[in-house]
Amino acid sequence: MSVLAKKLLGIGVGVAVVAALIALYVATWATSAPPTVSAVGGQVVTGGAGAQLTLQTVAAIGPKYSTHPDWVSYLVLEKGKWVHSTVYKVPANSLVHVTILQYDGDSGLRNPFLSAVQGTTNGTETVDGKPIRGIDPEEASHTFVVPQLGIFIPLPGVPEEAKNQCEFAPCMLAQAHRTITFTIRTGKKGRYRWQCFVPCAAGWIDGFGGPMQTLGYMDGFLEVT
Amino acid sequence: MAVEPHPAAGERNHAHRFIAIWIVASLIATPLVVLLIGPIMPPGNGSTQASGHVTDNTVLIGMATPVLLLVLIYLIYAIVYFRAPKGGEAILEGPAVRGNSGVQSTWIVITSILVLALAVYGTVRLLEDGAGSGQGPSPAWPASGKKLPVQVIAQEWAFTYRYPTFGGVETDHLVLPVNQTAELHVTSLDVIHSFWAYQLGVKADANPNVDNVVFVKPTRTQTFEVRCAELCGIWHGFMSDHGRVVQPAVFEAWAREQQKRFAGTAKYLPPYSTKYVPEPARRAE
Amino acid sequence: MSAVAEPATPIPGHRPLWRGLIGFNLLTAVILGVAGYYIGWFIGHQVKGPSFEFTEATDENDIALMLAYAGGVVGFLVGLGFVNYPVARMFGRPPSLREKEQEGVGRYFGLCTDHKVVGVQYLVGIGVFFFIAGLNAMLIRTELLHPVPTAFGPNQYLSLVGMHGTMMMGMMTSGILGPFANYFVPIMIGARRMAFPRIEALTFWLLMAAGFILTSTIFFGGFPTGWTGYQPLNEQAVMGMDSYICFFALVGLSMALLGMNMIATIVAHRAPGMTWSRLPIFVWSVFATSLLMVLAAPMLIAALLMAALDRTINTGFFIASSGGSPYLFENLFWFFGHPEVYILALPGFGIVLELMPVFARKPLWGYRLAIAGMLGVTLLSFLVWQHHLFVSGINAALRPFYMLSTEIISIPTGFIFLCVMGTLWKARTRFTVPMLFCMGWTFNFLIGGLSGVFLSDTPSDTDTHGSFFVMAHFHYTIMGGLIFTFFAAIYYWTPKMFGVIFNERLAKIHFWSLFIAFNSTFMPLFVLGMKGMPRRVSTYAPNLQGLNVWVSVSAFVIGLSMLVFIANVLYSLVLARIPAERNPWGARSIEWEVPTPVPVNNFDTLPRFDSDPYQYGTPVPARGSGALGTAPAGG
Repeated sequence: MSVLAKKLLGIGVGVAVVAALIALYVATWATSAPPTVSAVGGQVVTGGAGAQLTLQTVAAIGPKYSTHPDWVSYLVLEKGKWVHSTVYKVPANSLVHVTILQYDGDSGLRNPFLSAVQGTTNGTETVDGKPIRGIDPEEASHTFVVPQLGIFIPLPGVPEEAKNQCEFAPCMLAQAHRTITFTIRTGKKGRYRWQCFVPCAAGWIDGFGGPMQTLGYMDGFLEVT
Repeated sequence: MAVEPHPAAGERNHAHRFIAIWIVASLIATPLVVLLIGPIMPPGNGSTQASGHVTDNTVLIGMATPVLLLVLIYLIYAIVYFRAPKGGEAILEGPAVRGNSGVQSTWIVITSILVLALAVYGTVRLLEDGAGSGQGPSPAWPASGKKLPVQVIAQEWAFTYRYPTFGGVETDHLVLPVNQTAELHVTSLDVIHSFWAYQLGVKADANPNVDNVVFVKPTRTQTFEVRCAELCGIWHGFMSDHGRVVQPAVFEAWAREQQKRFAGTAKYLPPYSTKYVPEPARRAE
Repeated sequence: MSAVAEPATPIPGHRPLWRGLIGFNLLTAVILGVAGYYIGWFIGHQVKGPSFEFTEATDENDIALMLAYAGGVVGFLVGLGFVNYPVARMFGRPPSLREKEQEGVGRYFGLCTDHKVVGVQYLVGIGVFFFIAGLNAMLIRTELLHPVPTAFGPNQYLSLVGMHGTMMMGMMTSGILGPFANYFVPIMIGARRMAFPRIEALTFWLLMAAGFILTSTIFFGGFPTGWTGYQPLNEQAVMGMDSYICFFALVGLSMALLGMNMIATIVAHRAPGMTWSRLPIFVWSVFATSLLMVLAAPMLIAALLMAALDRTINTGFFIASSGGSPYLFENLFWFFGHPEVYILALPGFGIVLELMPVFARKPLWGYRLAIAGMLGVTLLSFLVWQHHLFVSGINAALRPFYMLSTEIISIPTGFIFLCVMGTLWKARTRFTVPMLFCMGWTFNFLIGGLSGVFLSDTPSDTDTHGSFFVMAHFHYTIMGGLIFTFFAAIYYWTPKMFGVIFNERLAKIHFWSLFIAFNSTFMPLFVLGMKGMPRRVSTYAPNLQGLNVWVSVSAFVIGLSMLVFIANVLYSLVLARIPAERNPWGARSIEWEVPTPVPVNNFDTLPRFDSDPYQYGTPVPARGSGALGTAPAGG
C-alpha cells in the first residue's frame, strides 16, 4: 500500500469512528421519547373499579423538568411523584377514571365547537364537583382530546384574580386550580394520539407552536393495551 | 477500427421488425391494461367527480402504455441486436449517423399531438365542475343545479364541519346526502391543510383566511375516508376521519340530531362565514 | 497571509506539523466559525424590548440563532482565506489567480483555485451528505414498517423526513455540476481554468457550511415542514426551522454563483475552434442548468429572507391576519422549486448523451435536437410552477394554462429520449458499468416522466397531489435519473480523475442491486399513492402495511447496494489502487487526451478544435451516391 493509500485509509478510519459516534447521538435523539406511565390498577376490568389516571396542566414547566422552562405542559402522577410525560398506558375494554388538576389560566378556544364534552361514559365531565356538558370557550385553558376515540374534554382555566397561582411545575393542591374528573370506556388495543386544542403556547404563531407541537408537553399518546 | 458491411436489406429489417413488434405489443397490451385496470382504477365510483377521475386515469394509462412500450421494447431490442459481440480485440464501431430529419419530424409532430390532446381533454374535464379540485373563492366552473353548502374547517389537527343551512351547526364528522351536489367551502384556522375525501375524489387545500370551493356529488351510500394532504405539523398523518354518504332523509335526521346535541355550544360559535380569523390573530400572549 | 506571501516551496518533512496548522486553512476556519457563531449569538441575545417579548415567552431567540449562523459562516469563510484576496487588492497588491495549487493532499482541505481540486472536493463533500440523507431515508422506512408510530416520536420523524428531503435537494442540485462540471468543463472547452476560480471554491465551501448548519437542526428541535418549508407552519416552528432557512439560503447563493461561473466560463473561455456547434453535449447541459440556477436561486433566497424576517422581527409577509398570504410563499417557493427540479434533471440528460456515444461507438444522434430539448426544458420550466398548486385554491381559470405548459414540457424531454434511442440504433454497444447506469437512467426517467404526465393532468392530480404517487414520480426522476447518472459519471471519469479504475465485478453488483432494489422500492409507491396514502406521515391504513413492508425492505437493499459501492471505493481507490490505462473506454473527447493526473494548467499549449467530440462510427455512404465519405447532414 502506498503512502497516499495509508494516509487515506487513516483518514477513512478516523472518519468512520467519528461517524459512528455521530450516528449514535442521532439515534439517541431520534428515538428519545417521554416515558410511558401506566394508569393505576391497570388490569382489564369490566364493570369493576377501573383504572385511575391523574394528570396536571401547568402554565410553565419550569427549569426542574425541562430546558424550555416557560413552556406549558401536562404532567402525570406516578407513585406519588409528578412525571413530565404525556404517554399514558391504560387497559383495554375497561373503565378509566381520569382526574386532571388544572393550574393554568384561560386562553380561549380558537374553535368554540371544542368546548362541548364528548366521549365520556355519561357525556359529562365534573368540574370542581359540578357535572357539566360544556364550558364557555373563552374560559378554556386546555383540552384533552383523543380524536380517534371521540373523546373531547375541555378544561376551564383558573380565574385571573385567583390567589396563590402556581408558577412552575410541579404544582401543589394548595395552589389555585380546577379539578376536572371524567370516565371513559376504552375499547380494543391500539396507540392513539391525544392533543390540546387551545392555543396556549404563548409567543407562538396562532398559539400553536412550541409545546403545542412537541410530544411531552401538550401532545401525547394513549396506549390502550 | 473494424469496418462492417451495411447491406441495405438488413437496414430495412431492423426498422420494420421493431415497429412491427411494437405495434403488435401495443395492440395487445393497451386493451388489456384498459380493460383490466380500468374497473379497479382508484379512487372508485363514489361520486361523479371520482368516476370522472377513473375515466381520466384510464385514458391516461391507455395513452401511456404504447409510449412506455415503445421505449421499453426499443431498449430491449437494442440490447439484444445492437450490442458489441463478445470477445474480439478491436472495438467495433457503428454507423456514423448523426440524425434523420424524417424520424425527428415525425417524433416531434406525434408527441406534440399526443400532449396537446391530453391537455385539451383535461381542460374539458375541468370545465365541467372543477373535477373535484378546489377552485378558490370564485370558482370558474361551478356545478349546476341545487347545491348543499357545507363548510370544512381545518385546524391543527382535526377537521370540523359546519352546515350553514342547518343553523350553522358545527360537527366533527362529515355526512352528505347521496345524489345531491354539495358545495364544500374549505378553509383553515391556522396553517395550510388539505381536505382529501378519497372515495369522493375531492381534494382542496385549506388556507387560512381563504375560502376554497369544491363541488362533489356523491353517487353511492358508503363510508369514505378523509385525510389531510398537506403537511401541517406533527399530527398531519393523524388528521384522518371517516365521513358518510347517506340517504337524504337520514341526512336530514342526522343534521337535526346534531343541532340538538350541540345546542349548548351553538351560542358560542361565531356566525357562519366563509373565512375566519379567530384569536390569537398573530402570536399568542 | 500565507497564500499570497509564501516564499519558495518549503522542504517537505522539515517543517513541524504545528507550523503547518497556522494559516488560513480548515482548522482556522472552524475556530473562527465557532467564534463567529458565539459573537452572533451574543448580539442576538442583546435584542430586547416590547416587540420581542415573545422570545422570553417561547424560550427561543430566532434572531440570536440566525445571527449566530451568519457569524459562523462569515468566520468560517474568513478562516479559509476568502477575504484575503479582496483585502490584498484593496491594499494595492497585484492581481493573482492562483491559491495553494501546488501543495499536495493538504490543498483539498482548504481554499484551492484549481478547478480540478474543487471538483474532487465537491465529489467527496456531496458524497458525504448524500449518504447522510440516505441514512435518514433508511430511518424513515424503518418507521413506515408499522402503521402506527413505533420507532420515532412524531417531532423527530418529521425532522428526519424534512432533513432527508432538504439535504438531498440542497446538495444534489450541485451533484453533477459540482464535481464533474467543475472538473471537466474547462478541459472540454480547452480552457486552463474557470472564469472565476475563487468563486468556484467559494461555492463549495458555502455548501459545506450550509450542510453543517442543516445537520445542526437536531440541536434546536428539528423542523416540521418538510423540504418545502410552507408558511405559516414555517413561522410557527421551533428554532430548528432557522437551520433550514439558513441552509437553503446558502445553498441558493452557492447555486447562483456556480451557475454564473459556468456561464461565464462557457461563453468566454472556449479555445479557438470550439464553436457552439462543437460543444460537447454535456457542456450544453451544464450551460442550460446554469441558466436555471442563476435565474431561479435568487427567488429562493428572497422567499427565505422574507420567512426569516417573519420569524425574527415579526413582519407579516405570510400571515393572513397581518395582511400577508401563505400563497405568496407557495408561489415564490415553487417559482424556484420547479426550475430546481430541472436543475436536477438536465445534467443527467447531459451525462447520458455524453457517455452513450462512447459506448455505442457512434456519434451522438440528433445533436441539435438534444440542444433544442435542453433549452426548451430550460425555458418552459419557468412557466409551469403552478402545477404544484392545482388544488390550493388559486384562480381556477389559470389551471388549464399550467396544465398545458406542463404537458408541453414533456415534448422537449421526449427529444432527449429520441436522441438516446437514435444513438443506440445499430450501435455496437459495450455494456460497461457507466453504460449500464445510462440504460438504467433511460428506464427510470421513462417511468418518472410518464407519471409526470399523470400529475400534470389536473383532474388526475386531484387524487394524487400530496400522496405517495408524487413521491414515486419525483424519486423516479430525481433518484432514478440524477443519482444513476451521478454514479455513471463517477465510474466513467474515475480513471481520469484518480488514475485508478473501479473493480468491475463490485461495480456491476452495485448497479444491478441498486437498479432492482430501486424499482422494487418505488414502483409500489405509485400504488400506495393511488390507494390514498398521503406524504410525510408515520401512520397509514392497516391494509397498506404489506406494501409498505415490501417497500421498506427494498429500501434497505438500496442501502446495502450503497455499502457495496463504498466497499468498492475503499478497495479500488484506497487499498488496491490498480492503475487504469490512459483511456480505458476508448473515448475520443479531449479530456482523455490530456495526461493523468491532469497538469495544473490543463494543457501545455491551448488546443485547437476542428470537430465535435463524437468522432465515432464508420462513415455511411450517402444515399444515391456510391462514394464513402462524410456523414449525411441532418444532425
